[in-house]
Amino acid sequence: MRTPTFFLICLIVAALVFGAAIAIGNDYVFFAGYVVLQYVVLSTAWNILGGYCGYVNFGTAAFFALGAYSSVAIYKLVTENDFFRMPMPVLILIGGAVAGIVGFGMGYLTLRLRGAFFAIATLALAVVLQTLVVNWDFVGGSRGAYILRPESVPIIGAYIKYLFLIMLLLAVIALTTARLIEHSRLGYGFATIRDDELAAEASGVPTLKLKLIATTISGALMGMAGAPFPYYIGYLQPDSTFGLDYAVNSIAMPLIGGTTSWVGPLIGAILLGSLQQIATVTISSAVNLLVVGVILVAFVILAPNGIVGLVRHYWQHKPDDIVGRRKVETDAQGTVP
Amino acid sequence: MFSFDLLINAIVSGILIGGFYAAVTSGVSLSFGILDIVNIAHPAFIILGSYVAYIVNANFGIDPILTAIIATPAFYVLGAGIYQVYYVSFEKRGQESLRGLAFFFGLLFITEVTLVLYFGVDYRYVEAPYIGPTWHIGTIDLPLRILVPCVVSLLLIAALQLILSRTFIGRAIMAVAQDPFALRLMAIDPTRIKRVAFGLSIATASLAGAFLIIIQPVEPSVGRQYIGRVFAICVLGGMNSLPGTVIAAMLVGIVESLTATFYGPSWAPAVSFGFLLLTLAVRPAGLLGR
Repeated sequence: MRTPTFFLICLIVAALVFGAAIAIGNDYVFFAGYVVLQYVVLSTAWNILGGYCGYVNFGTAAFFALGAYSSVAIYKLVTENDFFRMPMPVLILIGGAVAGIVGFGMGYLTLRLRGAFFAIATLALAVVLQTLVVNWDFVGGSRGAYILRPESVPIIGAYIKYLFLIMLLLAVIALTTARLIEHSRLGYGFATIRDDELAAEASGVPTLKLKLIATTISGALMGMAGAPFPYYIGYLQPDSTFGLDYAVNSIAMPLIGGTTSWVGPLIGAILLGSLQQIATVTISSAVNLLVVGVILVAFVILAPNGIVGLVRHYWQHKPDDIVGRRKVETDAQGTVP
Repeated sequence: MFSFDLLINAIVSGILIGGFYAAVTSGVSLSFGILDIVNIAHPAFIILGSYVAYIVNANFGIDPILTAIIATPAFYVLGAGIYQVYYVSFEKRGQESLRGLAFFFGLLFITEVTLVLYFGVDYRYVEAPYIGPTWHIGTIDLPLRILVPCVVSLLLIAALQLILSRTFIGRAIMAVAQDPFALRLMAIDPTRIKRVAFGLSIATASLAGAFLIIIQPVEPSVGRQYIGRVFAICVLGGMNSLPGTVIAAMLVGIVESLTATFYGPSWAPAVSFGFLLLTLAVRPAGLLGR
């Protein structure tokens, strides 16, 4: 399937989802749906670096918060100086740009380090950024910042519907980007990095450059997902914006769905996201995190290739490899048996 | 206004708190530094240790450090069990990098949320005779609350260092880090050695947990603050060197304490992470690394 066709199909599905949400006629659907869609974007973005390149990023919250806080900063600037109010898509682009630049910088600093060091460095980045935000009074510091959102938008109606629609479009863009990468030279380059970085480098794959591209795209998408968040939540506070929940969710969702293709994060986010929404309403929000943790551990132990891997295994009797994606099994000594 | 007393006291309290950080990090130096197992859940086990000390202290009034020493075998068994699961599910299949990380991240969450569900998010503390008083030497204050954990933790690390350098099992642990294959040729099972080492690493969490709850009140999510700090110290210390860990821990402690004294405590968390980012970027081998 060509990319434009895929994009169109996604748009049609998105339109159907929006129509269905309106047909249900309950505003809560939009509030809950927004969170699920946000996770679709976040986990797809995480998967571009984590799933395709094999670099675990624990700093999802940092990039997400960068997007959110760039929106807050702009909001403060605009309200204090009485500038023209920027429309949401512009805010999203700015949030994406800021997070993308930071992603590039972080990649440049840390991607020479392999595996675990990178993961820890991303965690460190999140804390450094959180400390900066806590000490930055302009965006509210540790007290948090209030955002007054408009009551309604012309044509669409309630503002939450508008936000939902925007997040739906973002999800479509994220999925299309992920799929485009997957089927391009870039994607194959990423896969070589994941499977054996040394061998890839020895064969002339420009690994550092590819990794920088991956961190930038991944970071930018996370920032874009964060930009509308202050308008959704109304009150932005560093502790919750930098919360580990975002990190654990955006790791758990792709791993549960399956990391080798764009479908995995989508399935994972929809399943786990909806489950969490239901658990939050019916049980409690502490329990919903426990559920995520348990499901994550169960999946990485029992179904290492996620739901996509399971489906492929049982229905098609096809070994779990799309072109060049198979990792050769090695024993503890690193020799091929 | 610069004050010399303030500076001296900041440095001393940094060294004391650094001793405690060394205990917290020693477990990670064992698991991450030597065995190459990225146990990101280590702080969660430390919090578990704090809660064990808290429960026993609140119910029977037993000294938290004594409790922790008694509890080490249980933590050792827990660690050995976790390593077994990790080995069978990830190491054997050669998938430890991504999924192993996710596994420990999941463990971190499960431990934390379970503690929240049982104990709530209230701060818990213990009672012991040395928690109140402070010794004064000239202008220097030595709060026993921090001095005692610091001394015991240095003893703990000395013991670990002795085990690693003098006993058969300790040397085997150092050997497994270098070349598991060669170890096999010597008719030693590397998996068993790693299991022992990981058990030891979790056992230190029991003591570190007790120190933590002596030094400050604890609630389940406190552990998160230590994730980055612990790995920062471990990397700075050169991964597999316990003396390096102690030096790095004191260094981080001093810089944190100076930052908190002269710029305000809200900047302190960024220090260790800034340290980490800097170390990773400039000298990934750490201070005493090879």
